[in-house]
Amino acid sequence: MIPGSFSYHRPASVADAVKLLSDLGEDARPLAGGHSLVPMMKLRLATPAHLIDLHGIAALKGISRDGNNLVIGAMTTQHELLASDEVAKAMPILHEAALLIADPQVRYRGTIGGNVANGDPGNDMPALMMTLGATYRLEGSGGARDVAAADFYQGAYFTALEPGEIMTSISVPVPAAGHGYAYEKLKRKVGDYATAAAAVVLTMSSGKVATCAIGLTNVHETPLLAADAAKAVIGTSLDAATLKKAAIAAEAIMAPAADARGPVEYRKHVGGIMVTRALQRAASRAK
Amino acid sequence: MAKTHVTMKVNGAEVEGLVEPRTLLVHFIRENLQMTGTHIGCETTHCGACTVDIDGMSVKSCTMFAVQAQGSDITTVEGMANADGTLSALQEGFRMMHGLQCGFCTPGMIVRAHRLLKENPSPSEPEIRMGISGNICRCTGYQNIVRAIQYAAAKINGVEFQEAAE
Ligand SMILES: Cc1cc2nc3c(=O)[nH]c(=O)nc-3n(C[C@H](O)[C@H](O)[C@H](O)COP(=O)(O)OP(=O)(O)OC[C@H]3O[C@@H](n4cnc5c(N)ncnc54)[C@H](O)[C@@H]3O)c2cc1C
Ligand code: FES
Ligand code: FES
Repeated sequence: MIPGSFSYHRPASVADAVKLLSDLGEDARPLAGGHSLVPMMKLRLATPAHLIDLHGIAALKGISRDGNNLVIGAMTTQHELLASDEVAKAMPILHEAALLIADPQVRYRGTIGGNVANGDPGNDMPALMMTLGATYRLEGSGGARDVAAADFYQGAYFTALEPGEIMTSISVPVPAAGHGYAYEKLKRKVGDYATAAAAVVLTMSSGKVATCAIGLTNVHETPLLAADAAKAVIGTSLDAATLKKAAIAAEAIMAPAADARGPVEYRKHVGGIMVTRALQRAASRAK
Repeated sequence: MAKTHVTMKVNGAEVEGLVEPRTLLVHFIRENLQMTGTHIGCETTHCGACTVDIDGMSVKSCTMFAVQAQGSDITTVEGMANADGTLSALQEGFRMMHGLQCGFCTPGMIVRAHRLLKENPSPSEPEIRMGISGNICRCTGYQNIVRAIQYAAAKINGVEFQEAAE
């Protein structure tokens, strides 16, 4: 399996990459870690005429703190997220979820920007970014704009990225001190995409849930925020009846595709279970 | 498509070649460099048979283009032996512990385990299993592969290899 022919470009700056993308038009695609794009090219499901390799752009790398936000360069790899003390301390759910992506080899190459920009409902980072309230910075020939993760996903492989734009960084508000968190992912084997997964970030006050956000992976053509489920648990101590209500509310917005990971009913059912487990584990971790 | 001249270091030697942009690194290594230890097992980035070490990272060379490796420092299974040509601790481990049957997955396993032990010289059994989760073996059921890596870790750390009690 060998990809179709293409021209290879390796710009050294964001401005050069944007210029190449807008000059070359629809047939040009950015290449990040290549761990979604190259397999698609080998299967000829993608046949870009030009690849704009982002590896030569130093400005797209690294993790820094900007006030209350963690700003992560789009070309930061999943391996680098796992190696970051800053991530482990300020945003342990990001560490937990990154560890559940694929396998070590894929994590050395795969980037956070590629993971969230890809638009594959199976990717783990998008639902997590929505749960955390992240914002994506997109740069095109007309300048830069910020798009909330929650507004970015419009359909399978269909996002708010306009032709000629690249994602340069992801800005994630650091959750409150003492927050509880969990990313629960059901998969068939190590290294697999989720059959269903749920992200929960919450805070507790006197034994009751004070704030809560719930995100869902691979149970719809886009990642989802389960707003009704989150609302259902606020003010409760997560008793069995509340957990059940939350799972039902989450299942109500799921519309997974039936595939090798199971039929629709099964995927919704286990999606509800992931929500329940993530809520319980997040609450047990909250201080 | 016009070919591009690439240079890189492979197992300590400077190499060069002409490649199309779409030439995958694994094909460059196997066909241009005639180093056929690096295998192709799945082509869908799942099996890990094509794993090589690039600038301190384990990489599936079927999912990277040779042009992207320009200037990099690569180690393949052919570079795994000791400088004097004797078997490295890992190679010895795979031999002593019967870590292979058909051997197809073995080059990728050894190259991956090499990086794993560099990052974590004394991995626990679960850490070894997670560490090689990107490498699929269809023959041995992993038990002996894990023992082979434990053997190598013990040897590298200068301690006696202890078989885990069954
Ligand atoms: C065997 C295997 C298992 C996997 N399992 C999982 C899993 O369990 N969970 C998971 O989340 N992922 C999984 N992945 C996918 C992996 O995480 C990819 O690395 C990731 O989806 C894409 O990131 P990338 O950097 O490799 O992007 P690429 O493949 O290079 O790019 C993906 C897409 O995004 C676009 N793009 C990339 N970067 C930018 C940018 N900065 N601006 C604009 N567009 C951009 C590209 O043009 C392309 O269309 C798996 C991959 C493999 C091969
Ligand atoms: S051939 Fe590269 S992962 Fe299987
Ligand atoms: S020994 Fe045959 S595939 Fe591993």
